[in-house]
Amino acid sequence: MQAEQVHTEKAGFWRRLWRDAFGPIGDAEGFYRHGALVRLTHWINALCILFLLGSGLNIFNAHPRLYWGLYGADADQPFFSLNAVDVPGGTQGITQIGPFHFNTTGILGWSKVDGEFQARGWPDWLTIPSFQDLADARHWHFLFAWILVANGIAYLGYSLVARHIQKDVWPTWADIRAIPRSVLDHIKLRHPTGDAARRYNVLQKMAYLGVILLITLMVLTGLTMSPAIDAFFPWLLDLFGGRQSARSIHFISASLIVLFVMVHLIEVVLAGPINEVRSMLTGRYRIPRDHSAKDHS
Amino acid sequence: MASAKIISRRIAIAGGFAGAGWLIANATRLTENQSLDHVFKAVEDWTKIAQRGLLYPDRLAREYSVADISPVFKPNGTYNPGTDEYNAHVASHFVNWRLKVDGLVSNPLSLSMADIMRLPRRTQITKHDCVEGWTAIGMWTGVQLGLILKAAAMKPNARYAVFHCADNLTGEPAKGGEQSPGQYYESIDLRDAFHPQTLVAYALNGRQLDVPHGAPLRLRVERQLGYKQAKYVQRIEITDGFAQIAGGKGGYWEDRGYEWYAGI
Repeated sequence: MQAEQVHTEKAGFWRRLWRDAFGPIGDAEGFYRHGALVRLTHWINALCILFLLGSGLNIFNAHPRLYWGLYGADADQPFFSLNAVDVPGGTQGITQIGPFHFNTTGILGWSKVDGEFQARGWPDWLTIPSFQDLADARHWHFLFAWILVANGIAYLGYSLVARHIQKDVWPTWADIRAIPRSVLDHIKLRHPTGDAARRYNVLQKMAYLGVILLITLMVLTGLTMSPAIDAFFPWLLDLFGGRQSARSIHFISASLIVLFVMVHLIEVVLAGPINEVRSMLTGRYRIPRDHSAKDHS
Repeated sequence: MASAKIISRRIAIAGGFAGAGWLIANATRLTENQSLDHVFKAVEDWTKIAQRGLLYPDRLAREYSVADISPVFKPNGTYNPGTDEYNAHVASHFVNWRLKVDGLVSNPLSLSMADIMRLPRRTQITKHDCVEGWTAIGMWTGVQLGLILKAAAMKPNARYAVFHCADNLTGEPAKGGEQSPGQYYESIDLRDAFHPQTLVAYALNGRQLDVPHGAPLRLRVERQLGYKQAKYVQRIEITDGFAQIAGGKGGYWEDRGYEWYAGI
């Protein structure tokens, strides 16, 4: 029975893809899923996140060590670091996480730039710009940080006034009670059909709220690294436990955003990439038909 | 049957994605060519306006307790200027060191270390935030720069304090190339120069400054990043601009691409 279910879903995926690409959207206009401002801010946000991650990793390479607390520099113990360590017969890239050390030669700590090995936290194919330059990485970072903040204010302002967050994203009590079932649906890769597909499911809602929270956290911890902002808002230092803790939380939040993006992209593919991407481009979303109902008829 | 409106919208969407893709693909080349430097400068100005708007002039940086001091205060940049002249100063314990204050002042000064030590002192425990990302907390003792500048009497057109240092630094390679060596210098505007926590410091953690930390005198300007904290300061030149000095960007690192306003 289990195997049959999976088989049906797999067939459904390709059928859906075909219908999404060439079929009619559905009841005339289809379902208008995302407003224009939500779509626009989504893509601007995606571009900002990409540039902020790339330039952020370049900035990180200037001092590829993370500490907890008020201070932290070369003589202090990091909880995470990317190192180039000289060993008999050469150099190794060593990634340190707490008491654990991993050989990550070629990717982290010690990797090739233009064919030659270099001490580099993150490799050149992950950073913006690809060559190591703190000054320029900071320029890119602050350019897109400002765009991210302006874009975020536009999104949140619109979504709160238009009650998009309250209506569509904030979980209801029924949602909370449905968490176990939603978890099971996700594990079985069962995607909502019919009326249920007009709403975000509860895990989706929590993920979107989570990423809004993470981006807010990124902005606040980023500002905490600014000595001028610290003079005006010293409570930021207290909130995050010091500039070095704030820097570490900045990095951890960025990692969680990467995790979100990965799950988000996987879900888009599983739920029907053409339909999903179209709905974020034009707003139109074809309601997936209820397979089980159709199979019975 | 797509209407003209839909077609123009499709062109806008495709154009937007093509532009974004082009930017992603060319980010490194645009950086190398310095094509976006005017955009980056506008962002720096905007950041400065936003932060300065928040910071009314005398807002103080947080001061910490003795228990918060870093066990080791990491030195950075020049560890020892190493010139014959500087070595002679080290050997004679800086008795012949002079801090000159000149430029747009009515009363140019040339202060010995003894003169400076006689002035009222201020001690503050603050965090030092390096542009690279690390932080060290230390206790600084020195003279408020504002006191010295008041004694020198600013002329009406004075706008910046430029700090000329004894060290010649060769920094990290940038843009894949080599970094040119240069005499270290820095500049701040008078708003920061007259801030009560802006010091000409001569002691760290209760001891005379050692050579790696900038002996005998260094700047502390607490609401900006580490590269503004010029070491081995010999001369403070009061100016109405800095376009004529060295690379013209107002500091050693500024001439190498870093922001003049180092509040973030």
